[in-house]
Amino acid sequence: MFLLFVAITLGITWWAARRSSGTSHFFAAGRRISGWQNGFAVAGDYMSAASFLGIAGLIAFHGFDGFMYSVGWLVAYLTVLLIVAEPLRNAGKYTMADVLAYRLNPRPVRAMASLSTLTVSTFYMIAQMVGAGALVAILLPSVSFHAAVIGVGALMIIYVVFGGMLATTWVQIIKAILLMGGTILLSLLVMAHFGFDFGAFFEAVAHVTYREGDVEVTKDFLRPGLYFKPPYGAIDLVSLGMALIFGTAGLPHILVRFYTVPDARTARVSVVWAMALIGVFYVLTTFLGFGAATIVGRDYIVAHGGNNMSAPLLAQRLGGEMFFAFVSAIAFATILAVVAGLTISASTSFAHDFYTNVVHRGMERRPGEEVRVARITAFVVGAMAIVIAILLGPKANVAFLVGLAFAVAASANLPVIVFSLFWKRFNTKGAVCGLASGLLASIVLILVSPSVDLLAEPWFPLKNPGIVSIPLGFLGAIFGTLLGREPHAEAKHSELFVRASTGIGAEKAADH
Amino acid sequence: MSDTTKIKAASTDLTPVVAAPTDVARLTHRAPVPPHEQTADQDVDVVDWDRVAAAEDFKSLIRAKVRFVVPASAFFIVYYFALPLLVGYAPGLMNRKVVGVVNFAYVFALSQFFMAWTIAALYVRAATRFDRMEKDIIARLLRRGKPAPGGN
Repeated sequence: MFLLFVAITLGITWWAARRSSGTSHFFAAGRRISGWQNGFAVAGDYMSAASFLGIAGLIAFHGFDGFMYSVGWLVAYLTVLLIVAEPLRNAGKYTMADVLAYRLNPRPVRAMASLSTLTVSTFYMIAQMVGAGALVAILLPSVSFHAAVIGVGALMIIYVVFGGMLATTWVQIIKAILLMGGTILLSLLVMAHFGFDFGAFFEAVAHVTYREGDVEVTKDFLRPGLYFKPPYGAIDLVSLGMALIFGTAGLPHILVRFYTVPDARTARVSVVWAMALIGVFYVLTTFLGFGAATIVGRDYIVAHGGNNMSAPLLAQRLGGEMFFAFVSAIAFATILAVVAGLTISASTSFAHDFYTNVVHRGMERRPGEEVRVARITAFVVGAMAIVIAILLGPKANVAFLVGLAFAVAASANLPVIVFSLFWKRFNTKGAVCGLASGLLASIVLILVSPSVDLLAEPWFPLKNPGIVSIPLGFLGAIFGTLLGREPHAEAKHSELFVRASTGIGAEKAADH
Repeated sequence: MSDTTKIKAASTDLTPVVAAPTDVARLTHRAPVPPHEQTADQDVDVVDWDRVAAAEDFKSLIRAKVRFVVPASAFFIVYYFALPLLVGYAPGLMNRKVVGVVNFAYVFALSQFFMAWTIAALYVRAATRFDRMEKDIIARLLRRGKPAPGGN
């Protein structure tokens, strides 16, 4: 089952490698991806292992509080739809830094933006690789964690290096379809188990029995507060919500997707498609999670691989070994596709922002050089992620790394994107200060939070730093801006604003 | 002959003229060339952006966008953060059973999905109007887009 997916995706890579030539093809699939295709790809990029395995596990173990993640992950798309997608598509070329560099001093801004893109992508990617390694280690005990991580890494390097954005996009689309299909099927099986009687289903959810220590307890899993406990529960939830709502609009691997479509209107259509898919998926996580809690039971899951295995174990219980293999293959495909998407956004950012525009001041010395650098970067980034994932080992907390990625994206990227589009006085100092303060604040706060066992007594009580680091990112950007004036940046604001608002002169689809 | 094509292209195609095919815009101040050193190619700016930004049709487009986007964003942010806040500070309300054993917290969380889809649908409807206004503005600019002084 899994080998079939690998074979199909390698076939796509080969096809894409033959079709694509040139920079715009490699980085943006020639801007010829259609609205629904990009919608599926966005959804595919977004529904990572953290969603399929992680949320199902959280709901299975903590009930309602896990569902709070699902809600945030969908509502976040309103920020993308209403505020960033169309202006970014209109004013940029390949990366979010294009928009920032439009009227600011490009070298420092691109260097910082590239750094924050690489940071976000790497944290996100390591999380996925660790998840993949752990999954394979449980499914195929004969394969070691190291071998699994190396295998995932090697495949994703092949997709990106040879296929570029076109292959990556199609890998995402296929994976999104598989994931949706698997989730719907699994949810139907859960409801079939309860005779399609929602009353009976929720009745069972309200009386979930499991062992806590040595005591058998029965809890209402619809009750909030089983995961986010007082005294910081509510603030922690708000903090997480802020990171999700404002972080999605700053995730580099989501933002690059809007450059693969022909125009802003298609970008909008693709967000709507993505919202439909993601929304259905996250509503169904209720059935996966609550189903695992009621049908499989928390004790069984703990004994068979831990909470991340809730969805696959549910499939095993309801559909037998064949379905178990199918769902595991989907989970694996999910990880593979998300990692490929992350790799391409990281390597695009490095090649386009850092190499061409910072090191070589915007001059491509030889045609095709930028693509060559991106391929090398993809290789290096992939190799790095393999090494770090192996060093972290299968025990690393996957949710923590993904949470960090969202918080960094929200604190560092979103403030500068919004300000450079909508605040005339915003300038280079503001962008650099905003990116730096958001990046630093979120990373430092996570390191001293209870999510990491770095300190015996955490200095910062919340699991997610968003509620503090996001305002710090905005304040840093405002403070830096007020340090001085930059007439040139202000003079360019009208141009950027008109371009972003109307789409005049935006990059068009490549000819064939 | 090639010069005329170039100028013609510049007047109708507003894609930024760039130094490298990979750069988004030469219009950044990477190399602040003093005006007397600029080549004709660098000196061309087909649109007076400040005037466009101040024009009535552009301002009404922005007003229309702001009229939709600002209240919609405010609404979804308030509605979304009401969920964690109520969960934290009004547990009594959230645990009240609404339908059978299903409590208010779950119904409210589920309603967030429908809220998001509704706002997205409303935005798409509003955006077709923005698209029309944008097209009119672009058409007006391209009609007026005269070659730079000294061209022709």
